[in-house]
Amino acid sequence: MADSFSINNEMSGRRKFLVAATSVAGGVACAGIATPFVKSMMPSERAKAAGAPVEVDISRLEPGMLLMVEWRGRVVWILDRTPEMLATLEKLEPQLADPGSDKDQQPDYAKNRTRSIKPAILVVEGICTHLGCSPVFRKDIAPQDLGADWLGGFFCPCHGSKFDLAGRVYKSVPAPTNMVVPPHVYLSDNVLLIGAESKESA
Amino acid sequence: MSKQKNSFLEWIDQRFPMTVTWREHLSEYYAPKNFNFWYFFGSLALLVLVNQLITGIFLTMSYKPDASLAFASVEYIMRDVDYGWLIRYMHSTGASMFFVVVYLHMFRGMIYGSYRKPRELLWLIGMAIFFVLMSLAFTGYILPWGQMSYWGAQVIVSMFEAIPFIGETLHNWILGDFMLSDAALNRFFAYHVVTLPVLIVVLVFVHIIALHEVGSNNPDGIEIKENKNPETKIPVDGIPFHPYYTVKDIFGVVGFLIVFCGIIFFAPEMGGYFLEYNNFIPANTLQTPDHIAPVWYFTPYYSMLRAVTVNFLWIDAKLWGVFLMVAGVAVFCFLPWLDRSPVKSIRYKGPIFKFALATFVISFFVLGWLGTQSPTPLYTLLAQIFSVIYFAFFILMPWYSKIDKTKPEPKRVTK
Repeated sequence: MADSFSINNEMSGRRKFLVAATSVAGGVACAGIATPFVKSMMPSERAKAAGAPVEVDISRLEPGMLLMVEWRGRVVWILDRTPEMLATLEKLEPQLADPGSDKDQQPDYAKNRTRSIKPAILVVEGICTHLGCSPVFRKDIAPQDLGADWLGGFFCPCHGSKFDLAGRVYKSVPAPTNMVVPPHVYLSDNVLLIGAESKESA
Repeated sequence: MSKQKNSFLEWIDQRFPMTVTWREHLSEYYAPKNFNFWYFFGSLALLVLVNQLITGIFLTMSYKPDASLAFASVEYIMRDVDYGWLIRYMHSTGASMFFVVVYLHMFRGMIYGSYRKPRELLWLIGMAIFFVLMSLAFTGYILPWGQMSYWGAQVIVSMFEAIPFIGETLHNWILGDFMLSDAALNRFFAYHVVTLPVLIVVLVFVHIIALHEVGSNNPDGIEIKENKNPETKIPVDGIPFHPYYTVKDIFGVVGFLIVFCGIIFFAPEMGGYFLEYNNFIPANTLQTPDHIAPVWYFTPYYSMLRAVTVNFLWIDAKLWGVFLMVAGVAVFCFLPWLDRSPVKSIRYKGPIFKFALATFVISFFVLGWLGTQSPTPLYTLLAQIFSVIYFAFFILMPWYSKIDKTKPEPKRVTK
């Protein structure tokens, strides 16, 4: 480069300065013009506006039944756990990575063994914390493919992560954390609001 | 070109270096005379690229990049557009065959040491093409917006979330939304039909220019440029690319097209390996299919992704899995500097290299097969073992390639 600029193969201090200054100015201009393009790829105003909370009537939910609802394009599960199902939660704790739900994957009111407001009713995002697949609800006990000590839970078919019936992750599976409990509140005994913690904040 | 220039050609040559370019890259580009069938795959990759570009243009004429219309528009191409089925099958089969020829092309480089000095940069440019090709395959697979499109994309983009600190912002920036949706489909379409094709065409051009600068390697792994005819300055073991290798490559093309057409007309889905059955179901955001696996060409790396199940150091298993998968592809870039053997070609390398290469090939196939299966504890263990073997081939290479007992290279190319 240098020899195209000066005859004696050396750039004078003044020329060096001008080349440097032009490069810096050009760099700033490039960064400036790149900004709108990079920003244009962020979620749009329309995408940000979407995602209102959803109201769910759970009066027809029976024990052992899993209800799927959509909130912000994600699947949210509502599971009514039977007493037998709830009894497995304590038994499985030695096999879990975070039995006490210490990692911040749930609102404070769900930081308990059942990870729920009402002990029986689990509300959890049905998305594996590994790579976003939706796990399968496997309530069968000791099936052939999951082994004799399987007491029911959620199994991710993509990469083999396992969760118990409170969405708590097993040890030594690819998923790093428990499943996410979304903010939710009971508006009445049988009406659940998912995505907000009170009617007003929705 | 005839020696006797006609005036039209002369007119052009004064304005554009046409004859010079023709000579430099075809009629007077001297390639080693001992090319075998492994040398078909470079030109075949070019053929498949052209196939993808042409069929792709025609597919965009009927396809709609909209989450609510995409799936139906692909079915429209298959059922209602005249010969739409043929054009789509040419494109989908072409995608898989692209990987077949590129994997064989890369393997050719590995057995004959084509990545060694002075072809390191040529190899790296080739790796860049491989990365772009993988991105093209990924973005293309999303477009039909079937179950595999949706959940495959979900898995891949979720990997970015594993990156500490910036993960979530980056994830949203890539998707243009907080989850995989129409916004992402629309922009992946833009990448698939504009950004990435332009990039791959430019890189292929640069790859060929770099090749013609250093000259082709050959099955003996010796430099033909070191033995030139003193008068003509032409390598004594070189023959002009045109007509010798153009004719040979046409033979390769005919053989390839027989296989290619056989697949298109008799097994376009290839038993679920080229087009997965779950992708004939429209995307359902509430339910992952019971069994998901990527298309065959990604399965070795997919196996590595899910092989890591323990947290190590302060990094969790998820990020290690992503890291291992990226490393599985990127590690090829280091080959030119990992190989310390005094000879290039497998013909003169010793038993240790041959054994190492064999274990590498076996682990590649086993990982590929495991990636198509549902994960079980046994399969996860196998994936871990074979991932170790896969990486050992590379990591131990500086050591075993040095101590290996090699045979002396010949002065001239052999048969």
